[in-house]
Amino acid sequence: MTASQIIFYILSAFILGTAILSVTTTKIFRSAIWLLFSLIGVAGLYFWLEVEFIAAVQIVVYVGGIVVLIIFSIFLTQQSGKEMVKPPMLRLIASVLAVLFGFALTYFLIYKNDFQAGDKSFDWTVNKIGTQMLATGENGYALPFEVVSILLLAAMVGCIVIAIKAPAEVSSTGTNEQQPSNIENLKEKEIVEGL
Amino acid sequence: MTDIPISHILFVSTALFFIGMYGLFTRRNMITMLMSIELILNSVNINFVVFNKYLYPDKLDGIFFTIFIITIAAAEAAVAIAIIINLYRSHRSIDVETAEEMKY
Repeated sequence: MTASQIIFYILSAFILGTAILSVTTTKIFRSAIWLLFSLIGVAGLYFWLEVEFIAAVQIVVYVGGIVVLIIFSIFLTQQSGKEMVKPPMLRLIASVLAVLFGFALTYFLIYKNDFQAGDKSFDWTVNKIGTQMLATGENGYALPFEVVSILLLAAMVGCIVIAIKAPAEVSSTGTNEQQPSNIENLKEKEIVEGL
Repeated sequence: MTDIPISHILFVSTALFFIGMYGLFTRRNMITMLMSIELILNSVNINFVVFNKYLYPDKLDGIFFTIFIITIAAAEAAVAIAIIINLYRSHRSIDVETAEEMKY
């Protein structure tokens, strides 16, 4: 067993173990931290595969961005020390069975297919990735790149619109025609309250 | 690097996918369901990189798909968390069972 193999099996055990802990622990904050470790393990797997660029993107975007976002939203929405309700036993058993059967079927198909690695070495450089990403000709990815940039802009605007606090009811419906009636209503209310 | 068969790496990604599926089935809290979706997307990314590296080493398409999936996952997480926070403001809960107005 070479060092490369040992590193791969340790990394795999780390990824799968922390992922299982992440979906089974009952405290939501711990779940987020286990997810963080699992994502770091996946970045380590990319390093092992010698695709350092993807590993760096994984660390920057997932570990530095998404997990921090999730942790912030946990702080905003609930007490992090509180235990989550456990799912009912029937649902647990059914999901374990479904997952096991799905895994067995998928891995059986992969095992039967018997993928064979070629002899050629994988030659990527950041230079090649950047050139092909912005190429407009054959095999160029300029169009998806632009579409994704529009998607990011739309997501940003959508987030602001969804998460912004709704203004008070009176100011949102305060057109010129409705304002007098509002004022009349207010006056009526005052009169009624005065009485 | 070729001393590990491809099926062993695919075992890791398949197992990660189904761990994410398990979380999606059992959890009823929206944030933890979002975390399960992140696990699933990660397993897909591993698949793309491995197939590109071992089966088509002279192309770069798997790398591009991985980059785009990571980008879209970030956008999706941001929108999902905005929706979750908005839902929490109106319902005081982020359990999927309590958010059922759209059902009717």
